Amino acid sequence: MSSLTSPATPLTDSQQGIVLRGVTKRFGTHVAVREVDLDIARGEFFTMLGPSGSGKTTLLRLIAGFEVPDAGTISLRGVDVTGKPPYQRGVNTVFQDYALFPHFTVAENVAYGLRVRRVPRIQRNDRVQAALEMVRMTEFAQRKPAQLSGGQRQRVALARAIVNEPEVLLLDEPLGALDLKLRQEMQVELKRIQRQIGITFIYVTHDQEEALTMSDRLAVFRDGQIEQIGPPTEVYERPATEFVASFVGTSNVIVTPAGRAVLRPEKIELTQGPPSPGHVGAEGRVVDVAYLGMVTRFTVELDDGRSITAVRQNRSVGGEKDSLLPTSEVTVSWDLADAFPLATTSGAESQPG
Amino acid sequence: MRLSRFTRGGLALFATFVVFFLIAPLLVIVLFAFDASNVQTFPIHHWTTSWFSVAWHDPAVRGALWLSLKAGVLATAIALVLGMLVAFGIHRFRFFGRDTVSLLLVLPIALPGIVTGLALQSAFNLAGIPFSLYTIVIGHATFCIVVVFNNVIARLRRTSMSLLEASADLGASPVQTFRLVTMPMLSTAIIAGALLAFALSFDEVIVTTFTAGAQNTLPLWIFGAIRLGQQLPEVNAVVVGVLVLTLAPIAYAARISSGESVGKSAGSGT
Repeated sequence: MSSLTSPATPLTDSQQGIVLRGVTKRFGTHVAVREVDLDIARGEFFTMLGPSGSGKTTLLRLIAGFEVPDAGTISLRGVDVTGKPPYQRGVNTVFQDYALFPHFTVAENVAYGLRVRRVPRIQRNDRVQAALEMVRMTEFAQRKPAQLSGGQRQRVALARAIVNEPEVLLLDEPLGALDLKLRQEMQVELKRIQRQIGITFIYVTHDQEEALTMSDRLAVFRDGQIEQIGPPTEVYERPATEFVASFVGTSNVIVTPAGRAVLRPEKIELTQGPPSPGHVGAEGRVVDVAYLGMVTRFTVELDDGRSITAVRQNRSVGGEKDSLLPTSEVTVSWDLADAFPLATTSGAESQPG
Repeated sequence: MRLSRFTRGGLALFATFVVFFLIAPLLVIVLFAFDASNVQTFPIHHWTTSWFSVAWHDPAVRGALWLSLKAGVLATAIALVLGMLVAFGIHRFRFFGRDTVSLLLVLPIALPGIVTGLALQSAFNLAGIPFSLYTIVIGHATFCIVVVFNNVIARLRRTSMSLLEASADLGASPVQTFRLVTMPMLSTAIIAGALLAFALSFDEVIVTTFTAGAQNTLPLWIFGAIRLGQQLPEVNAVVVGVLVLTLAPIAYAARISSGESVGKSAGSGT
């Protein structure tokens, strides 16, 4: 396990993928991205997570070259690309709306980048073929985008980007328009492709589960700044701020002798007798029970008026839900080691649940 | 919505009547164009195609047709260049007075032709420009620009911005993007706009009356011939010719701008 919060650790030249220093972007008086420093290593699957308006998409567009920063520098493998237009950067983008050219076939769409860069036709055909094979769309090569389903368009958009062998692939909420089942399939697929071609993926999403599942590291954005950056386990288990704690997963903020701390619902034990040895806890009353399939979520109102959310795995058929009904008196307890102390920031009161 | 059989029957009957009243006068002209008699009466006793031959060999008709074709082609060409440029400008940039420019541009089609015509005539007189083919062309271009502009900007608005970004992202220079993405996306809108512009110009009477001076375009010749009343069968033949020449491009324009998927953003959603 790495350190608590990973500051931008200097990378050696061979590792260096993308380096952002002091990047700021304003739209009128609104500051979309505020002095962001960021180092992304080559071959990394890096996710930018945050609510809408947090600046993650703007930062992606700055890296792509669709926007020019008001301050700061962006370099790619040690080369400053800050002022370069998109067509002079070694990055490719998978757009949220896929942006496939409707007047071209699938094959022509995928060949587009090679065609405008004047790659010889024979080589072009081979690479298009390979890219279509990678996304399993070979049989659709002669279709027009209008004749494809959402998931198929998504694959074509991916093939159209990776066929150019970019150093970095930027993905702007690429699975946002797909239904849950397809989205999960594509998550696996994206990871496979990333491992296979070994290039850097920068992935923008507002879906925290997606971010936790796929990323090597992720950055949580808030108001144009990075709130926390680190591997998924670290961000989840050791949120740096209340904002991260509440945005990534569900969390309870409790007060311990050492100060405020984050307690994840799955680490809380609900008993109707005394708590397990070594646990600290409080008495309360169940006010809400929500059956979520894999788990059941309980909202407990403690005697001192605070509210705590806890989940339990549903190990036996139907048993869990019946065991604790609303108004049941319960003991809420946890291991003090599982309550992760928050840095003392003047963050607003977070909303448990 | 479900309609009762009676309502549906009534609607069908009404629609048939509307179409009949729109089409019937045209049919009358087409029929009389094949009537051998000089005096137009039903029923037609002798059929002939000779009026077409008469019209075709009439130097006045030929001159008028030629002038109309020249004016239509030139006005359309001007409208294409200017209309597309304005559409790009208005679509792409935000500038002071953008909405005003938009409105002023479509004004000629909203204004009564007689106002546009009179205004142009006064302006030409004031500037000391003699009436010629070019004054007709300028007059026609004022409203031809509008159709091209409307068609092109509608297509631009339906075209997702991210297509252009995707093109740049994939390594295309702005010129390549224009050639490979923008133009193909717009092509049918441009063709439809041009055909409509030509059709508008080809049968325009009012503005032309004020800007033609002593020359006759085909519609002006028809107008004059009807008033003289000497060559009605020949006029009918000419009108049938005009009908075909204007209907064909309009029908084609309607077909290419409706039955195609090019303009729609194929990227979004499922």
